[in-house]
Amino acid sequence: MANMTRDAHPTLEVEGLTKQFRGLVAVDEVTFQVNGNTVHGLIGPNGAGKTTVFNMISGVLPATAGSIRLLSEPLDELPTWERTKRGVARTFQNIRMFGDMSVIENVITGMHSRLKSNLGSILIRQGNFRKEETEAEAMAREQLAFVGLEQAADRRAGDLSYGDQRRLEIARALASQPKIVLLDEPAAGMNPAETHALIPLLQRLRDDRGLTLLIVEHDMHLVMSLCDRITVINFGKKIAEGTPGEVREHPAVIEAYLGHKVDDKKSTAPVSKVTS
Amino acid sequence: MLDSFSDIYWTYQNIIHGIAVNGILGLSVYVVLSIGQLALGQAAFMGIGAYFGAIATTKLGLPFPIALLVSVLTPAAVAFAIGAPTLRLTGVYLAISMLGLGEISRLLFLNWEYAGGALGLSGIPERGGVFLLYFVLIVLILAFFFVGRSRIGRAMEAMREDETAAGVMGVNVPRYKLAALVVSAMLAGLAGCLSAHVSSFIGPNEYGFEMATTILSFALLGGIGTPLGPVVGAAILTLLPEVLRFLADYRLMINGAIIVIAVLFMPRGLLSWRMKRTV
Repeated sequence: MANMTRDAHPTLEVEGLTKQFRGLVAVDEVTFQVNGNTVHGLIGPNGAGKTTVFNMISGVLPATAGSIRLLSEPLDELPTWERTKRGVARTFQNIRMFGDMSVIENVITGMHSRLKSNLGSILIRQGNFRKEETEAEAMAREQLAFVGLEQAADRRAGDLSYGDQRRLEIARALASQPKIVLLDEPAAGMNPAETHALIPLLQRLRDDRGLTLLIVEHDMHLVMSLCDRITVINFGKKIAEGTPGEVREHPAVIEAYLGHKVDDKKSTAPVSKVTS
Repeated sequence: MLDSFSDIYWTYQNIIHGIAVNGILGLSVYVVLSIGQLALGQAAFMGIGAYFGAIATTKLGLPFPIALLVSVLTPAAVAFAIGAPTLRLTGVYLAISMLGLGEISRLLFLNWEYAGGALGLSGIPERGGVFLLYFVLIVLILAFFFVGRSRIGRAMEAMREDETAAGVMGVNVPRYKLAALVVSAMLAGLAGCLSAHVSSFIGPNEYGFEMATTILSFALLGGIGTPLGPVVGAAILTLLPEVLRFLADYRLMINGAIIVIAVLFMPRGLLSWRMKRTV
């Protein structure tokens, strides 16, 4: 299924993307493309610039140079909310829940760019407005059921466990009906059982919902078993790209993670054990 | 029965009017606070609304509804004009720029001979009255609840909690900030005009720093979990000096102590419950 529905042109194209913070070049001319209906991994040691790449794609940070295209349309001049409308959704490494809101309100807030009610129709409580709200709530419940949080719909989001908050962030990102979802360390802080359950969930996003995922993650088991392709960056530069098998064997990758070349290139154990 | 009601009304009419006017000001400050901005411009907008509304009826002889319209549109225009350049400011910096606006408008009114200068404007005709005041307040509270339980209310709370995340949810953050400032200015201007037409006099020093902080304290005391919080806070802070009158010289001291204690022990305000954001 995944291969059959693969798009002719890539969902996301990142070209020469650069971010300079005063003297520091955090991201240095990174180029990669994410094909439709795939899971693409973006990995690298801590401080490699992965989150900065995410921030530039989602428009949270302006890029110093380079271009970003979603389905061949340039995003570069667009503010964050316009990119959301075009189909870029994301989660955050350091969970950014609306903690005081209930779980379902968080998900409905994620639908902001899809809801159309204006001040007038809200003030007179027009039928269209109430219909839209009812539908939004039903759709939000579907997203929650998808990530397995339907029982928690009315709880305060800030009271959820760490792992549940991560899954809520995914549900909230899905609510905007995205074309691509950027997942920033979705397994961070999850226990092994939760991480294990996350893999089929993300696979279903690709296989059942036809979504494209770009994922930053330190859990190598998750990355290697989930990703169709992987881009590796270190010190802001792309050092390797390929299938999980190719990347795992790549000398530059092994060096980046271990600091020196390993004689036995077939030894994959060190890489697969690397965590945050 | 009717006589005793009207006795009470005539004795306490300043307070009865004040509760409604301050309630509207509470809603005005709520709009800005509920998106996470520190608001201190309400007194200035109130003054602009009061002056232009009062000039419309007193000097130009325009009908009261026109004066109300003027009192809503003038502060809105000012908010729009200063909103664009100050939108990038947040927190204390925005508050300071708003205090600057307050001081500038105070000095303008003080030196504006046509509007009475330091003597202020007197002889403002009585219009609207207690029923209009409370009607406006109740309609506004309802409107706030309706908007609060919509995509707009959710976007505003999202901005208060995390502006970056709100932007990623698709919320046009600068547009919401500007709109909140403009709506807040409109409500403050309306309160100013309504108040001017029940008190018959306005002066340039009524809308200064003290008023700005008083309006902010409505929300501090009442809380911003629901639009009712600042309204209740306004009612209490309007009544309190009157209720404490028996304390004579100690009145202001106790008044201040009550506010400090309330804020210390109820950091979320008296009404700490949070409104649902779904229909």
